[in-house]
Amino acid sequence: MPDRFAPGDLVRTYLHDPPHHTRLPRYARGKRGVVVEAEGGAQLADVSAQGRDDAPVEQVYAVRFAARDLWGEGDHHVVLDLWESYLEEDPEDER
Amino acid sequence: MSGDHHDDALISRRVRRLETLLEEKGVLSGGALDEVIDAFLSGASPANGARVVARAWTDPAFRSRLLADGTAAVRELGFMDGSYQRLRVVENTETLHNVIVCTLCSCYPLRLLGPSPSWYKSESYRSRVVREPRAVLAEFGLGLPADTEISVWDSSAETRYMVLPRRPAGTESLDETELAALVTRNALIGTAAV
Repeated sequence: MPDRFAPGDLVRTYLHDPPHHTRLPRYARGKRGVVVEAEGGAQLADVSAQGRDDAPVEQVYAVRFAARDLWGEGDHHVVLDLWESYLEEDPEDER
Repeated sequence: MSGDHHDDALISRRVRRLETLLEEKGVLSGGALDEVIDAFLSGASPANGARVVARAWTDPAFRSRLLADGTAAVRELGFMDGSYQRLRVVENTETLHNVIVCTLCSCYPLRLLGPSPSWYKSESYRSRVVREPRAVLAEFGLGLPADTEISVWDSSAETRYMVLPRRPAGTESLDETELAALVTRNALIGTAAV
């Protein structure tokens, strides 16, 4: 399956608060970021951490967030490794 | 978010109990786990990361390969194991400083950096460095110019990160071994410069 996102794509993380393990830290939920690069496929930890053997393999992306978007202040950036299903397109014209 | 590491004693007791049970059931022979752990840790040291850095400082072609594909480049030097799938090396420059963290737990490129320091696993470091890295780095004694950009790499999946520090001025006459001796564990995490 081709990658859904390419470097430079503007994305938004989902806001959902799942009742199980996830690798999308709370501080980065519902936030806007920019894809840095694809890292390769990995089993979705949200499923594998439940002891299930049917975890889908998804592309994982390094996604860069501006501190201002995460915390409302700061001039640094934070890069997170996020599974594809954590992300959705975020068209530039909304910004 | 997983808890802090104040319940180490409880976990240690559980691990010892499990180990005993596995030995009683004949799944493991006595001491087998210790041998595996000792063998793993004996190959894990910040001296490995320092060697990678010194090679990158002295061999521009290696540096390019290291930044393009860290996993393959450190494998050239014999440093890769099965404990993680991908290594990404992030380079400090005159205008950019990188620092690594794992806010969800304590992911760390153990083979290249050795066992992680306790502060790396502390809730304080993990929660603060993504929020106020400049203040945290200053507490480590690393004052960065106000116009130096900071990137914090939060290892939330399978990739492990290592910082390629800047080569200090005045080290032109040093050879690779002497250069490696300058590189500290904290410089590989990004909480110090070289």
